[in-house]
Amino acid sequence: MNSPRTRRRMTNIVMFAITGACTLGAVSVLFFILGYLLWQGGHALNLDFFTKLPAPVGETGGGFANAILGSAKLLVLASLIGIPIGFLGGVYLAEFGGTTPAFVVRYTTDLLNGVPSIVMGIFAYRIVVVTMGHFSTLAGGIALGVMMIPIAVRSTEEFLRAVPNTLREGALALGATKWRAVATVVIPAALPGIITGILLALARVAGETAPLLFTAFGNLFWSPGWNQPTASLPDTIFKYAIAPYEDWHQQAWAAGLVLLTLVLVVNIAARFILRRQRRDLRG
Amino acid sequence: MPLSSTVAANAGAPRRVRPLARRLQRGDQIAHLITLIFAATIFIVTALLFYELYTGALLTRQKFGWSFLSGTTWDPVALEFGALPFIYGTLVTSALALIIGVPLGVGAAIFLAELAPLGVSDGLAFIIELLAAVPSVIYGLLAIFTLVPFLRDYVAPLLQSTLGFLPLFQGQSYGVSLLAGGSILAIMVLPFIISISREVLLAVPREQREASLALGATQWETTWNVVVPYAKAGIIGSIFLALARALGETMAVTMVIGNDPRINLSVFAPGYSIAAAIANEFSEATGDMHISALIELGFVLFCITIAVNAVARLLILTTTRKSGAT
Amino acid sequence: MKTLVSVGVLAFFCVSCADSERTQAEAPPADQVLINGAGATFPYPIYSKWFNEYHRKFPQIQINYQSIGSGGGIRQVTEGTVDFGATDGPMTDEQLKQAKTKILHFPTVLGAVVPAYNVPGVTQEIDFTPEALAGIFLGKITKWNDPELKNANAEVNLPDKNIVVIHRSDGSGTTYVWVDYLSKVSPEWKSKVGVNTSVNWPVGLGGKGNEGVAGLIKQTPNSIGYVELIYAIQNKMPYGKVRNSAGTPLKADLASVTAAAAGAVETMPSDFRVSITNAAGKDAYPVSSFTWLLIPSKIQDQAKKKVLKEFLQWMLTDGQNMVEALSYARLPKEVVAMEQKAIPEIE
Repeated sequence: MNSPRTRRRMTNIVMFAITGACTLGAVSVLFFILGYLLWQGGHALNLDFFTKLPAPVGETGGGFANAILGSAKLLVLASLIGIPIGFLGGVYLAEFGGTTPAFVVRYTTDLLNGVPSIVMGIFAYRIVVVTMGHFSTLAGGIALGVMMIPIAVRSTEEFLRAVPNTLREGALALGATKWRAVATVVIPAALPGIITGILLALARVAGETAPLLFTAFGNLFWSPGWNQPTASLPDTIFKYAIAPYEDWHQQAWAAGLVLLTLVLVVNIAARFILRRQRRDLRG
Repeated sequence: MPLSSTVAANAGAPRRVRPLARRLQRGDQIAHLITLIFAATIFIVTALLFYELYTGALLTRQKFGWSFLSGTTWDPVALEFGALPFIYGTLVTSALALIIGVPLGVGAAIFLAELAPLGVSDGLAFIIELLAAVPSVIYGLLAIFTLVPFLRDYVAPLLQSTLGFLPLFQGQSYGVSLLAGGSILAIMVLPFIISISREVLLAVPREQREASLALGATQWETTWNVVVPYAKAGIIGSIFLALARALGETMAVTMVIGNDPRINLSVFAPGYSIAAAIANEFSEATGDMHISALIELGFVLFCITIAVNAVARLLILTTTRKSGAT
Repeated sequence: MKTLVSVGVLAFFCVSCADSERTQAEAPPADQVLINGAGATFPYPIYSKWFNEYHRKFPQIQINYQSIGSGGGIRQVTEGTVDFGATDGPMTDEQLKQAKTKILHFPTVLGAVVPAYNVPGVTQEIDFTPEALAGIFLGKITKWNDPELKNANAEVNLPDKNIVVIHRSDGSGTTYVWVDYLSKVSPEWKSKVGVNTSVNWPVGLGGKGNEGVAGLIKQTPNSIGYVELIYAIQNKMPYGKVRNSAGTPLKADLASVTAAAAGAVETMPSDFRVSITNAAGKDAYPVSSFTWLLIPSKIQDQAKKKVLKEFLQWMLTDGQNMVEALSYARLPKEVVAMEQKAIPEIE
């Protein structure tokens, strides 16, 4: 009796130690990358970086202001497309699904997620740019928006499904119609997960270069409105990282750092809103 | 999780269609319709993509037919195109990514959900999610200078001295290789596996754990035998996302895979993936046949995704049916 | 639902504050001219420099250039999604036929491709014969102490190690120039591999971009690859001499590249589409090339046409004074004169 119990205890400790090591591994990768970005690009970060246009090669200084603004604009457009479709599509799959159309939609979502970003770029190029006759912020936003959809859908569905059925039944028993039960009970319960999913989707597209090369195109200057080509952070990082100049490399790393910070800020903001809302729910 | 943990229920099982008839009011129908429209958009976009790729590849399909899939020569000068080495490289790197990434990711998710205090867990998960936002090109550049020499100087000799009798681990190692491609992919898919699996594990009702612990199970036994099976569908879902991401990842892979369109059994040998080939050649290709061949590569990748998803979905169906019975 | 709204609000806030920031920073003048161009990666640094300077000089003019690749530049200008293109390899007759309007080539600067290597223990410059380079990239010369290499480098202590060949995996003008040279010096290369921006490499590892190739060479002992001169200089990579058509071993520099261009002046065709690899002249570096701007001969928009013509004029005069600081070679005087005569062809 005694020895199996020790063995079980040992297994307990050993297995959890292994999972701890896994976590350490994953987290250390990030710290490594962050550290590397800080080390390489930290000293290229200053106020100019956020307020000035890129300096021509051979001159020091200059910034990525147009790329930062461009990325923000692209992400807003992407969210306008990706979040409604992703979120409502996920609600459909989880709450009204279980039928053949749901199966088809679920399947195509996985397919869409596997489309290489460069192919998505070619697709958006043929559909939007060729139709409009020129490159634009709009085209880039559409390409990124479509890329957001699968992750947002799948995570919304997973987390809605994880909400216990009794919650739904309770609401229905109280006389709520199904959509009211979903909107007021199920979705709020699943919200932390859904937001995680949407943020992941947003984070993923924030760092994409390939779909932007043939759509948002890039710009050396400010991009007025939504109908002109625009610079973006990943695109500028890519172009600066593959150029031969050391100070361009530093700015590329610094831009990587800014991109991560941007995602960090959005993440924190969303969580902050979420926490307040949870408190509202409790109170 | 104030709400979800207060009520015990079996959410892991597929929900049954409920007797809705008497509740069927206008609001429900409208909600159903609206969500259906948005869901249908996804289908339409995918269908459009499929159509675009299919028509874009017309030229090569007419010239090569099925032999495009079995051909092993890729010669843009002589306009001879075969996709087999790229298909092989894509499948091998994605498989390696899952072999390395899934245990690591699920392990980390278990630790974060079951052992770490919620504050720490939230913080770490948050940090890991940031990994998803690192641009591919940064992963790729970092990998050239760190991962590639590490694999060449430490991992390859180690594997060769222990498992060198397998053809998988033979031949000279340059660092850039299928293994390097698989490893960088594993790192890139980690945030997807970890964040989603962790949320799913956290959503498992506390009563499930408490019941198991009350029966005398250790914490690990509870986790492994109760919590993980309960969350299985969600975890597999996260692996799907990871797999799809791995199949289509471009920039980072092409920087470390070696870009050599030859089929080699050894994981230390350089290879080539479909997405990398498209990214490498599309922007500079000028001939119609060359472009058509690249689009057909994209089409082939699309079909591979269809097939891989079908297999994985079958897998899910069998596993969830089993757990649904309990 | 609440979250959706709040995300929307957040997004709106981002845009509105960003918008106000822009209007403060740059109030666009009424007669603003926005021009878009795309193409080759290799001249991106000098082009961005030029367009920046030009914008400083004429604040109402913004010429936006994006390096999406030579092939991309050719396709986009053919399809009319950009106002001008740029390429490292001239358009073929077939490509020119596909374009709706006639496309004109304007050489801008010159560059060179060099054989860069990483051979531990070798500090001297290695001297490459054309036969050695072709042999290495064909996979026939596999050792660093092969007689072909040893005979040309008596003083260099070449090791008995396998050569690791590294090439560009992405289609590129650099590859085009390199294989164009190899096919001129080696009939076997011409028949077996040929010339294109991407080829079926007989041997070697592929790196993505100049940066990828430079990284791989640095990381892989006993390797050899080819990169653009600027990358070799900026990355402080050792690179070798190449024997030119007169048999002189030459290291690539501004003088030897300019000499290669000077050799091409007499045979320069009126449409400027010329290859100057393996050029004649004992001071000519053999792996050199022009890079071109592609400009449609008919431009509907009068303002854009005027700006492009004026820019070309400026680029050929003041613009040329900036190129050497960035390790590009300037155009020979005769070519500048020919181009100035060609500018009125834009209608």
